[in-house]
Amino acid sequence: MSPAGIRPESLLPLPPAVFHILMAVADEDRHGYAIIQEVLSRTSGEVRLSAGTLYRSIQRMLDDDLIAEVLERPAPELDDERRRYYAITRFGKAVAGAEASRLTELVKLARASGFVPRKV
Amino acid sequence: MGLYRALLRLYPRSFREEYGDEMCAVFARELKATNGAARLGLMMRALVDTVANASRVHADITGQDLRYAVRSLRRSPGFTFTAVVVAALGIGATTATFSVADHVLLRPLSFPESERLVKLWQTQAARGYSRLEPSPPNYLDWKRLATSFSGVEAYAGTAATLLGGGEPERITGQRLTGGAFTLLGRPAAIGRTLIESDIASDQNPIVISDRLWRARFAADLNVLGQTMALDDASSVIVGVMPPEFIFPDRETDYWRPFRFNPQTGDEDRNNNYLAVIARLKPTVTFEQARSEMQVIAAQLLQQYPKELAENSASVFRWRDEVRAQSRMLLTALVAASLCVLLIACTNLANLLMSRALARRTEFAVRAAVGASVDRLVRQMLTDSLLLAGAGGVLGVLLAVVSAPLLVRMVPSSLPIAAVPPIDLRMLLGAALVTVITGVAFGVLPALRVCRKTDGSALKEGARGGTGRGTERLRSALVVAEIVASVVLLVSAGLLIQALLRVQAIDPGFKAADVLTLRTALPTPKYELTVTREQFYQRVLNEVHALPGVTKAAYISFLPMTMRGGIWPILTTAADPDSPGGFVAPDPRDQRSASLRFVTPGFFDAIGTPLLQGRDLAAGDTLDTQRVAVVSRSFAREHFPGQDPIGRQFAVAFAVRTIVGVVGEIRVRGLERESEPQVYMSAAQQFNGQLGFYAPKDLVIRSSVLSTTLIPAVRSIINRTDAQQPITSIQTLEEVVALETAPRVVQLRVLGAFAAAAFLLAAIGIHGLLAFTVSARSREIGVRIALGAKSRDILKIVVGRSALLAGLGVTIGALVAYAAARSMQSLLAGVEPENGPVFAAAVGVSLLMALAGSVLPAWRAVRVDPLTATRAD
Repeated sequence: MSPAGIRPESLLPLPPAVFHILMAVADEDRHGYAIIQEVLSRTSGEVRLSAGTLYRSIQRMLDDDLIAEVLERPAPELDDERRRYYAITRFGKAVAGAEASRLTELVKLARASGFVPRKV
Repeated sequence: MGLYRALLRLYPRSFREEYGDEMCAVFARELKATNGAARLGLMMRALVDTVANASRVHADITGQDLRYAVRSLRRSPGFTFTAVVVAALGIGATTATFSVADHVLLRPLSFPESERLVKLWQTQAARGYSRLEPSPPNYLDWKRLATSFSGVEAYAGTAATLLGGGEPERITGQRLTGGAFTLLGRPAAIGRTLIESDIASDQNPIVISDRLWRARFAADLNVLGQTMALDDASSVIVGVMPPEFIFPDRETDYWRPFRFNPQTGDEDRNNNYLAVIARLKPTVTFEQARSEMQVIAAQLLQQYPKELAENSASVFRWRDEVRAQSRMLLTALVAASLCVLLIACTNLANLLMSRALARRTEFAVRAAVGASVDRLVRQMLTDSLLLAGAGGVLGVLLAVVSAPLLVRMVPSSLPIAAVPPIDLRMLLGAALVTVITGVAFGVLPALRVCRKTDGSALKEGARGGTGRGTERLRSALVVAEIVASVVLLVSAGLLIQALLRVQAIDPGFKAADVLTLRTALPTPKYELTVTREQFYQRVLNEVHALPGVTKAAYISFLPMTMRGGIWPILTTAADPDSPGGFVAPDPRDQRSASLRFVTPGFFDAIGTPLLQGRDLAAGDTLDTQRVAVVSRSFAREHFPGQDPIGRQFAVAFAVRTIVGVVGEIRVRGLERESEPQVYMSAAQQFNGQLGFYAPKDLVIRSSVLSTTLIPAVRSIINRTDAQQPITSIQTLEEVVALETAPRVVQLRVLGAFAAAAFLLAAIGIHGLLAFTVSARSREIGVRIALGAKSRDILKIVVGRSALLAGLGVTIGALVAYAAARSMQSLLAGVEPENGPVFAAAVGVSLLMALAGSVLPAWRAVRVDPLTATRAD
């Protein structure tokens, strides 16, 4: 549960960009450009977030408490001071989990209807 | 890169400040990774991406602001309600008046290229006629000679009894020359319109209105070719016009071909009864057409110097055929509604400003935690736009309800619908007014407050945060409200005076206890005088026998229902050699009179005194001397200082001998001078002559409530002639009331505006003082603690209110005087510098200011010095 008492399910379904960003910051705090790169590599180049979509999503995710800005900075020689790093929050993890379950259920239903996903 | 930075300006400033640098950094890296054509692709993608995302960010912020605004407005329902009602009054009043003014004055007529449609008139400047109906010979000559027009066509009103398929019904229609429909350019909805060859057709083709088609033919699609019994002749329906076809007025239900007939005077150049429309050729200007018509009129004058003495011709744009008085009235209305809007806006601004000042701490906190000023301004604008928007919706409803009432004030001779349509044009107008209201009066308080969100508000204290500038601005707004309400109160007061003055005018008859109704006898069934007389005799005998009826009689037209029917009068002149003793008058000195045929006892029935001689009697028939009763002004004009009884004059093809003199009747209505009146016996009307003047209005004076007679009279007429329709059942009092009805409506509307303005100004003054008192409670507390008496505190509050009110009423009275002078033509002779009205308006406004200050003053006096000084 988020601090404001909002249930994770109430934010579902997540916009695809938001879900991708959550996955990109799931294991490591990242700055904006790194998120774009991470999403690109995770999806084998299928999903390229634009700067506009990224930062609009980040703004909403900050408002919804899905991610937080990280105040600790990396070593100065690795850091560009314009960059801000974002980390997933506990609430963000809960929401991402809820979205994953929703999608799993959906895939189950699709299978039951005979829609078998292509092997990739 | 610079291009990308420029693109980022599409984002809200707060977003740009937060993420702009990072976005530029991301874009720079992407730019570095590409080259050549790929760079162009990247730029294009960035453009699309920015436009799409920026608009979504704007939408997000607006959504947030709206949610926030709704939450915070919900928390103060009193404020919200007042603000919405205030905005609705202003927007509603403005939308309604603008849509009516637009409908009547501006919007093009619903004919193709209607700006080229003009009306042609004869003029007779010497007698003061700027628009005299052309006669058929003049019309035909104009049509033949004029080269400015692609078509010149004539029409004239007619009416007939529609028989068959239910109750007989009296319907009105038009006779049109062959090219009229082509000139108008509107096709029929079903079938065809009338064409040139219909004029000579013996089939009697007729085109009917959508209303008639639905009412009498149950919207039958196979109506074409059916016959319709109008009076005693049958016509074949060849077309049905669409519902929006209005020509020349809303009452017209059918159109039939116009055949000029020499036997009914259509070769007489002075038989002025046609309406003539024309379409300007695309290459000809309005002014060119006007001068050509004057040249043609001059030519005709040379050709017919006697018949056309003093005559000329003129051209008017059809769209401009709105009476000057209606135009003036609409302008006054629009001005009044702008006054109301101005007051509403100032009130709204004042309300928002108080609220903004009260929320200064909240804004200061938000600013302190990082909200930018433009974000706060945006939030306040959202608040005011939301309020204005809610007010706008309510205002449009108000306008929709009130526009039909407003439009009734404007007697229109234009081919336009009765009610202004609620369409995109009207809604856009309302939206524009709403946005202007919301923005103009939301920005001001927002900027005033946010300018100071530098943290000083957190330290709020000293004077409770009303800066001098703000205070002065708010006072100015209140003064403006008082000015506007004084102007409206004075205008309404003057209109009341005008109404009372008109109502006090003696119509020349006694309107109480008189029932009237119309039985227009159709031809050729009632062509002969003797047949009509039988009808009148039988009806009148039976009506007289009804209990409670004291007198009943027939007349051609009731006074005030038909204002025309004016004929030139030839009186004996000192020329015994001339045949019959009458000389043709000098055409420049044409004296005329209003002509009516009546049955005996008419003057008793309507209550006009017989001053001299006798009434027309049953013995005055076609076999006896032609006699007439004249009004006093007729006798004075033609036989000054002489006994008029027994004197003779000629009118309408015959010599008449005066047998009686009666009082004046205001035939043309309460507010217009009427021509002298001549009454002749219905039984002395020549067969087939002046058929239009055959008596049709029945006047019944009774000692019982006149409307209770209606069923009995109806059955009498039904027994006399089952096919005879009865129309226009009304009391004579209603006929007279109709005379003042436009004034009553004017007064109601302006009165409503004045009341709204007054109420709004009262709210405004109260709001300002209440706020001042609460903002200065600390200062007041200190003063009380230092020994100030209640009287001193009262002086501060009431003194301030008196100052504002004094200033407001002084300016208001001056503006009101100017307004009153400009609307003098609506005032029926009431002088604009009417002392009592001004005194009343000023007094009422001062009282209002005083009343508005009572509660704040009471609060000020009761300020507890201890609590007040401990406040923060």
